[in-house]
Amino acid sequence: MAKKIATRQAYGDALAEFGIDKNIVVLDADLSKSTKTDNFKQVYPERFVNMGIAEANMMSVAAGIATTGKTVFASTFAIFAAGRACEQVRNSICYPKLNVKIGATHAGISVGEDGASHQMIEDIANMKTIPNMTVISPADAVETRAAVKAAIDYNGPVYLRLGRLGVPVIFDKDTYTFEWGKGVMLSDGTDVTLIATGLMVHLAMEAAELLKEEGISARVINIHTIKPIDKDIIIKACKDTGAIVTAEEHNVVNGLGSSVTDVTSQYYPIPVKMVGVEDKFGKSGKPELLLEEYGLTAINIADKAKQAIAMKK
Amino acid sequence: MDKKTLLKLQITATKIRKNIVEQVFSANSGHPGGSLSSAEVFTALYFNEMNIDPTNPKKSDRDRFVLSKGHCAPGLYAALAERGYFPVSDLKGFRDINSYLQGHPSMKDVPGVDMSTGSLGQGISAAVGMAISGKLYNEDYRVYSLLGDGELEEGQVWEAMMSAAHYKLDNLMAFVDNNGLQIDGKISDVMNPDNIESKFKAFNWNVIVLEDGNDMAAVIETFEQAKACKGKPTMVILHTIKGKGVSYMEDDYGWHGKAPNQEERDLAIKELDEKLVELEGAQHG
Repeated sequence: MAKKIATRQAYGDALAEFGIDKNIVVLDADLSKSTKTDNFKQVYPERFVNMGIAEANMMSVAAGIATTGKTVFASTFAIFAAGRACEQVRNSICYPKLNVKIGATHAGISVGEDGASHQMIEDIANMKTIPNMTVISPADAVETRAAVKAAIDYNGPVYLRLGRLGVPVIFDKDTYTFEWGKGVMLSDGTDVTLIATGLMVHLAMEAAELLKEEGISARVINIHTIKPIDKDIIIKACKDTGAIVTAEEHNVVNGLGSSVTDVTSQYYPIPVKMVGVEDKFGKSGKPELLLEEYGLTAINIADKAKQAIAMKK
Repeated sequence: MDKKTLLKLQITATKIRKNIVEQVFSANSGHPGGSLSSAEVFTALYFNEMNIDPTNPKKSDRDRFVLSKGHCAPGLYAALAERGYFPVSDLKGFRDINSYLQGHPSMKDVPGVDMSTGSLGQGISAAVGMAISGKLYNEDYRVYSLLGDGELEEGQVWEAMMSAAHYKLDNLMAFVDNNGLQIDGKISDVMNPDNIESKFKAFNWNVIVLEDGNDMAAVIETFEQAKACKGKPTMVILHTIKGKGVSYMEDDYGWHGKAPNQEERDLAIKELDEKLVELEGAQHG
């Protein structure tokens, strides 16, 4: 079993590592121990600013700091970053295309026991629809570190979608390279393509193994950049495999799945099935049990793959 | 301040008022009332106080201004044009599809605009961010912001107040254009923030109240008072008259966001021209 690390942990570690860049300022809204920006604070307290429980203000403050030429990371839970402060992100940060990175942790239902009020399943939707915004959803700790570095190197708004739950480390730190806006083929196949993001990536890999046992050859693609979406890798998957299943820990409405069908429907229509939260709120429970109850499992991805294959003409 | 300088600034404020009327008339939309009530503070900032360079609008050590009540863009644009950031003749393009002068201030489009605003409550927070950055990096620039009194109904304003005081941002100075009116009527009828002086004080700001916020000399004096106060941000409550300078617009909330017709425009320009003649006469007298 691969080692498990939460992407929020990797985020905090990456901020502490790359924080040596004196141009970086980190803001948090009284959640630094949870979002792990505290790791940065421990090393660079002089460039850490706690904005208190006032997320709307924090986002506009981040924008104001960015106008002075700084690279600003603003962190809180995804529900507050992309929910409560959504309009501040739009008008203060994205409209003037300011250099603010939103490190949104505790995305999805794997938040667990805190329940629906804190389980953000609409953030990809809210963020990807804002012009000038980039949406990144890393699959593991290695990819998170690389994404933080890429976000620092990019001049403009970025939404980093991070999780609370420990997830298997699937990439090799020494060989992994992060390509902005590029999907990553993790394994090749010919019958169907499984396109996943975030913690669903390792489950898509498991699903491919399950399908293999049944003689079905599945390609697995990791989409870390949901916006801008990698059209080419999706169109190629359409041509090569003729069926797609998307998998995300997000509402099936306007998430990764719809970004994929935006491409397939316009460029190469083929059957697409979606695995995600079926347009309902989460609830309290242990994260692993919630993922199972909401159908965010390897078995469900494999089942949907068979359905998608059956729909091929 | 000497009389000559004061007259010069009053003349500039009057020209700004004329250009506010012309912009809103050309666009056949926009917000004259709150722009006119703020002409003195715009003039004081851009023609007397701020360390700025119209030939280098982004110079890093400049003082910053954030128009938190972004709908008063005509006032800001008139000041920027008069100050030389762009030609005064461009103002007639305000809100036109072929112009860079957006309906609300856009920092990516308009030279001299330090922050994009328009959604109320967000500008003052951005100003707080600029001031925080100045403190973090030991920069000497000062940050200014102008709010509307109706804008104080936005909760975010008070988050900004809290954070500015918490971080002792004495490099931040804000103004409230307290003209008492908002779109739907008197703020005392629509939603009264009530006793804002004590509220700002309770949030630990240094508060200055000007009974006549359209008194140029009095506005000018507040800057030194603000600089003298260490460890606190300063808020200046400007009791102003909405629509100031245009007789039929004064103290009438109907002119919050309405354009004058040709006849009304002509009357406004006539009144402001008369004011200019009077001030210029005094200058040469």
